[in-house]
Amino acid sequence: MATFSNETTFLLGRLNWDAIPKEPIVWATFVVVALGGIALIAALTKYRLWGWLWREWFTSVDHKKIGIMYIVLALVMFLRGFADAIMMRLQQVWAFGGSEGYLNSHHYDQIFTAHGVIMIFFVAMPFITGLMNYVVPLQIGARDVSFPFLNNFSFWMTVGGAVITMASLFLGEFAQTGWLAFPPLSGIGYSPWVGVDYYIWGLQVAGVGTTLSGINLLVTILKMRAPGMTMMRMPIFTWTSFCANILIVASFPVLTMTLILLTLDRYVGTNFFTNDLGGNPMMYINLIWIWGHPEVYILILPLFGVFSEVTSTFSGKRLFGYSSMVYATVCITVLSYLVWLHHFFTMGSGASVNSFFGITTMIISIPTGAKLFNWLFTMYRGRIRYELPMMWTVAFMLTFVVGGMTGVLLAVPPADFVLHNSLFLVAHFHNVIIGGVLFGLFAAINFWWPKAFGFKLDMFWGKVSFWFWVVGFWAAFMPLYILGLMGVTRRLRVFDDPDLRIWFAIAAFGAVLIACGIAAMFVQFGVSILRRNRPEYRDATGDPWDGRTLEWATSSPPPAYNFAFNPISHGLDSWWELKQQGVPRPTAGFMPIHMPRNTGTGVILAALATVCGMALIWYVWWLAAASFLGIVAVAIAHSFDYDRDYYIPVSEVQATEDARTRRLAQGV
Amino acid sequence: MSTATTDTMARYWQLEPHHHPEGASTGLGFWVYLMSDCLMFAVLFAVYGVLGHSFAAGPGPRDLFELELVAVNTAMLLLSSITFGFAMLAMDKADRPGTLRWLAVTLAFGLCFLGIELYEFHHLIHLGAGPQRSGFLSAFFTLVGTHGLHVTFGAIWLLTLMVQIARNGLIPANRRRMACLSMFWHFLDVIWIGVFTFVYLLGMI
Repeated sequence: MATFSNETTFLLGRLNWDAIPKEPIVWATFVVVALGGIALIAALTKYRLWGWLWREWFTSVDHKKIGIMYIVLALVMFLRGFADAIMMRLQQVWAFGGSEGYLNSHHYDQIFTAHGVIMIFFVAMPFITGLMNYVVPLQIGARDVSFPFLNNFSFWMTVGGAVITMASLFLGEFAQTGWLAFPPLSGIGYSPWVGVDYYIWGLQVAGVGTTLSGINLLVTILKMRAPGMTMMRMPIFTWTSFCANILIVASFPVLTMTLILLTLDRYVGTNFFTNDLGGNPMMYINLIWIWGHPEVYILILPLFGVFSEVTSTFSGKRLFGYSSMVYATVCITVLSYLVWLHHFFTMGSGASVNSFFGITTMIISIPTGAKLFNWLFTMYRGRIRYELPMMWTVAFMLTFVVGGMTGVLLAVPPADFVLHNSLFLVAHFHNVIIGGVLFGLFAAINFWWPKAFGFKLDMFWGKVSFWFWVVGFWAAFMPLYILGLMGVTRRLRVFDDPDLRIWFAIAAFGAVLIACGIAAMFVQFGVSILRRNRPEYRDATGDPWDGRTLEWATSSPPPAYNFAFNPISHGLDSWWELKQQGVPRPTAGFMPIHMPRNTGTGVILAALATVCGMALIWYVWWLAAASFLGIVAVAIAHSFDYDRDYYIPVSEVQATEDARTRRLAQGV
Repeated sequence: MSTATTDTMARYWQLEPHHHPEGASTGLGFWVYLMSDCLMFAVLFAVYGVLGHSFAAGPGPRDLFELELVAVNTAMLLLSSITFGFAMLAMDKADRPGTLRWLAVTLAFGLCFLGIELYEFHHLIHLGAGPQRSGFLSAFFTLVGTHGLHVTFGAIWLLTLMVQIARNGLIPANRRRMACLSMFWHFLDVIWIGVFTFVYLLGMI
């Protein structure tokens, strides 16, 4: 256990020399990160890129750039989250036969907590938010989201949360509670130092961003659709994003309030989740899962949309059972609120309550199963092209079904009493999150990369990454099912029984394969960027896959205004219909286009919120108060700026569209 | 280009100039925000429902609440909602001084409400019935206090908007903001009616 002191000084709160970690592993990480950071800053300065970054990216309100920035954030945080995973795998295969392994308990407990928190909040969430941000406005034929400034602000709040979480690595400690910080362990009595406070404020700052971006996308889908695009003509990815955003708006406030109550317990001494004076720790567990279960569907629903788009595009057919797909999505959205208690059947709420939640959980597998059959029937008698997105989709179908079935198994309360908190559970949710969410994100990256950057990703390295990932996943997680069935619980640091070791060794080997898959993915990006001007990589048409929905109707990458003229929808798969009808692209008669102006306010507000979070973590009250007042003052000042938009002149639109006309002529 | 092609193009692309009403999404967006805020209060009501009888051998509602004071307080907030309505009516008549006057009255009622609430909190803490005393009091202070914080932010917003209306007049952007703040203010009223009923009135039975 690290030594620490909660004695405070006025200037620095409880921040003092004890806050610097003493462990060599952390020191080595710090040196690597610091060197990398210095190199990056030096390169940006040398090539004079700061002004460009600030003007073109950081202050941008363009949904496409914000979407890309979200995904960059997710990829960076993914490396951190995966480093945690590798460290756990190594520790668990090492710590046998009386060995303590190489991580002490204080460090190990932070790692499994950070791994979960980072992978969910700072990898999966920014990834899907970025994807929805990029694709949804294009799919509905809009020029931006409803509230472009809010979109920029939401992104920077997510970054702020990530910064706070990452700061805990080198300053103080992170929570040692597991990713949901259950009290009373997360209360001030058992977690007296800064770890849980880092957890709380990292999530709160990011949570503001997530909630606002949920509202933004929800309203965008309701209000900004192209003329003629009724709800039942929306592309299926837009539909699943719509449902995911409903879930965000209707569940993240619960997380926010639950964490506020935990904060009050820790900072003010209230008794919400304490063991004495009338508190009730199980109330926290109920509340956090009322957010937590919908969160699972927030993550997977947009990817169901991705798989639908990919399957129909690469089978050359319209999606089988579009309406049933929509109804299945809506069913899942509603049902996801009625199952939260299955995360703690062992609470002891009795047979009737457990049966209710067990049955509702099993019912979810019906609409999910319907989706799977829809994908299979879409493929049936289609001309399937096994491009990378389609390969990921097929891998998803095979993998996710296994994860889904172990989920149904866990939904049986008596079985859950045996498997609760075991490695079987860990294997189950990695099976659905990696096999569903992550495979879906990889399908999405390979599918929409040409749209975003104007060239395709390399097929060879994509396949290398694919096979390492898929084989690595099965090798890493099937042993955990077996260990879980044998009764091994999660989050253990050392083991006595030598018979278990072989399974941990296989799992560690799987993790190494996954590491190769990740490396191959980055090589794939690099190789493709280097070869982007070769004809077989370039996407001159804007429609590299013979797509069906409106995002393929514009150029790759799309101009700032997306569409020179708003498209009009007459049915499903609007772009497909345009191609079938042979409608020519308008090349004259352009009008000035009304667009929102860039602003730095989002960056400033989020920076102040991050400072405020750090000050609260370290009890630096004056700084917390000052930065909070700063947030209010900047927000008020921003509201006095009424001049927030401008017109792109006709000449500029004409020039952009003429350039595309020339590209199309060359490309054909 | 033949007319037939132009017609097909016009069927699939909006070639004619058309007007996009500015801020058309704001009303709906603010509604959705209010609903998400409503969920935060829903959590607090649920928590109060669970902990409302966890007195930990300390004082309960009947030992602490003074309904007369709460009645006055409720009246302040309800009156402020009515006067906000009058401000909206004045705005519809494009009556800038009238709008500002009614907003000032609304602000005054809002501040009275906050003053009385702070007095009540101070009084309870003075009695030794602070938020740390029991689960019941933690839930009570947090529910009522969160509502009070919302009213405080509403008051700051109201003041800001008064300055903006005084400076720029009842331009469309300011009208939109008035519509949002009015929804916010009435929303807080609705929440307070829940607090008044479930916390104070039911507590006294």
